[in-house]
Amino acid sequence: ILLVSEEKRNLNLGGHVGFDSLPDQLVSKSVTQGFCFNILCVGETGIGKSTLMNTLFNTTFENEEASHYQNGVYLRPRTYDLKESNVHLKLTIVDTVGFGDQINKEESYKPIVDYIDTQFESYLQEELKIKRSLFNYHDTRIHVCLYFIAPTGHSLKSLDLVTMKKLDSKVNIIPIIAKADTISKSELHKFKIKIMSELVSNGVQIYQFPTDDEAVTEINASMNALLPFAVVGSIEEVKVGNKLVRARQYPWGVVQVENESHCDFVKLREMLIRVNMEDLREQTHARHYELYRRCKLEEMGFKDTDPDSQPFSLQETYEAKRKEFLGDLQRKEEEMRQMFVNKVKETEAELKEKERELHEKFEQLKRMHQEEKKKVDEKRHDLEEEMHAFNRRKVAAESLQAQSLQASAQLPLKKDKDKKK
Amino acid sequence: HAEPLKYKSKKKADKNDQEKQYVGFATLPNQVHRKSVKKGFDFTLMVAGESGLGKSTLVNSLFLTDLYKDRKLLNAEERINQTVEIIKHTVDIEEKGVKLKLTIVDTPGFGDAVNNAECWKPITDYIDQQFEQYFRDESGLNRKNIQDNRVHCCLYFIPPFGHGLRPVDVEFMKALHEKVNVVPLISKADCLTPSEVKKLKDRVREEIDKFGIKIYQFPDCDSDEDEEFKQQDKELKESTPFAVIGSNTVVEAKGQRVRGRLYPWGIVEVENQSHCDFVKLRNMLIRTHMHDLKDVTCDVHYENYRAQCIQQMTSKLTQDSRIESPIPILPLPTPDAETEKLIKMKDQEVGFLKD
Repeated sequence: ILLVSEEKRNLNLGGHVGFDSLPDQLVSKSVTQGFCFNILCVGETGIGKSTLMNTLFNTTFENEEASHYQNGVYLRPRTYDLKESNVHLKLTIVDTVGFGDQINKEESYKPIVDYIDTQFESYLQEELKIKRSLFNYHDTRIHVCLYFIAPTGHSLKSLDLVTMKKLDSKVNIIPIIAKADTISKSELHKFKIKIMSELVSNGVQIYQFPTDDEAVTEINASMNALLPFAVVGSIEEVKVGNKLVRARQYPWGVVQVENESHCDFVKLREMLIRVNMEDLREQTHARHYELYRRCKLEEMGFKDTDPDSQPFSLQETYEAKRKEFLGDLQRKEEEMRQMFVNKVKETEAELKEKERELHEKFEQLKRMHQEEKKKVDEKRHDLEEEMHAFNRRKVAAESLQAQSLQASAQLPLKKDKDKKK
Repeated sequence: HAEPLKYKSKKKADKNDQEKQYVGFATLPNQVHRKSVKKGFDFTLMVAGESGLGKSTLVNSLFLTDLYKDRKLLNAEERINQTVEIIKHTVDIEEKGVKLKLTIVDTPGFGDAVNNAECWKPITDYIDQQFEQYFRDESGLNRKNIQDNRVHCCLYFIPPFGHGLRPVDVEFMKALHEKVNVVPLISKADCLTPSEVKKLKDRVREEIDKFGIKIYQFPDCDSDEDEEFKQQDKELKESTPFAVIGSNTVVEAKGQRVRGRLYPWGIVEVENQSHCDFVKLRNMLIRTHMHDLKDVTCDVHYENYRAQCIQQMTSKLTQDSRIESPIPILPLPTPDAETEKLIKMKDQEVGFLKD
């Protein structure tokens, strides 16, 4: 008899047990493993994606300037190994090359969506394997999409709206206003409000910094209200006061990247890297990936419950599907084989027919040839006869001539003889 | 020259000689000046480019007025399938007795939709329509009050956020360069540092050459102008395309009230030549080359249109027997080789008949 108490009880501890070190153990394990983070940057050519990445991570990732004349959009992922203190970060930055340059941009979002889905698919495949090594797996799923909005000061562009709508259910979107040093403070305030209202009225779901963890509720809530962040990027340094700071130098002043009254760069870095990086990874896995997985499996015909409301196990469903598939395969094979046999028969018949025709022709030609030969032979025969006849007449004529010559030759001799007498 | 020419009165000393030599037609420029002031001028300026590049602000800054008081901007959803519209604003402005009827042709919606294939078609159609109307008026019987609505100049705004020209920029300029004077501008130049401005200008000039785009060329200045003028002219030509900044607001900078943009890190002065090329643009467009823009439109673009139009019509006439020409008086075309042969043949036949 097994007695299981349904109630959960809280017990008081008599001393320090020590399991409060669990978070530290977890941390130490993950530090040893290293972290992985994947950023997707979506924005027009030249809007400042590469510069912002360089500024955020304080390094110069190698990058050639993209051309405006690409036929379509393609994604360019680059992976870097970074280290800070004793923490390893495997950072992948995915760039959208050619975005916004084509005259017809109706298909521009597709390569981006396809790339995100492909990363989900790879993970799903690994998860479904019999022998799998998820702890070793290089997770390439996109954890955050930084969407670069051009600083027009009016509103979103139509392409921005269409693209973000396609991406919001697949990835965490953080919209940012790029090259924000061309917008004055009052214009910026109006611009941010307009952008957020357009996103809301079109049902675009952007990433919200989480407010359920008391440690970060306050700061995250205040940052949520400041979206989209207006950023300026620069890796050049300018002397301000007696310090060298990262800035952009204009004839009318110096825009300092890390000055919070100049732009929201510091806020972006804080939110993206220092506070919510782990949450972004979690949301990607728990929400976006799960949604993808569910849709994909449903597509393939898996259900959590069958029509009789009996819960199926994944394995059984998988086996059933596999049988079905193999059955299909066999059937198709049979069909193809039949088709092949039929085709061969047909072709054989055709060939036989052709052979017969050729024979007939040959016979015909042979007959014709024989007839012609007969005719020619007859002609030759006639000709020979003529020749014989001619020869006989010739001989006869010649002998007649010879005779007459002889006769005439003798005559004068006779006369001579008579004369002499 | 802005200043009216005044003829200098000759010294009375050599009066006899000089009276014989001096005829007096040196006053002609003066007369032209007087008549033109009386008649007034007109100018049609088209602005084109994606929304949000500061076109309206620049126009307001150029003409120191507010043309766009009650305009409504579409939001992103409405612009997904937007078509290009043509909107004309006409204002009468006056300065020192000189009247100008200024027409600004706006092209909202250009380049804003997701699919912008042939989005310049409504614009080229509009320009052609103005030419056609002028052509009809010019060939009509009563030519007293012809209204010239032809577009004299098109300012094309290139975004400063990219690395150079984009396909839509190239296609647009190529569709228009033989119909109107195209003046490309780098807009919102306050997001570019001086070295970035230079790099972008060089790149744009290179690409304009590479794609064979014929933008408006400043006429060469006369060789008898003074050195300073020539130097200015050279600088002007070398700083195209102009990198401009516009502003609807007046701010206080160094104790003066100027048109500018106020930032936490400084104040951009629109009329400060070390900040942007706004002054160069204004001088070129309004103070020195406005009339040349009109002349090139009349003498080159319009004449091209007219010649093409006539050729098309006469080639149609030789095909159709019905003549449906809107033009009452048609100039005789020069006959081509085949027609000439035909004429010769017929002439010969007539000659035989006579004999």
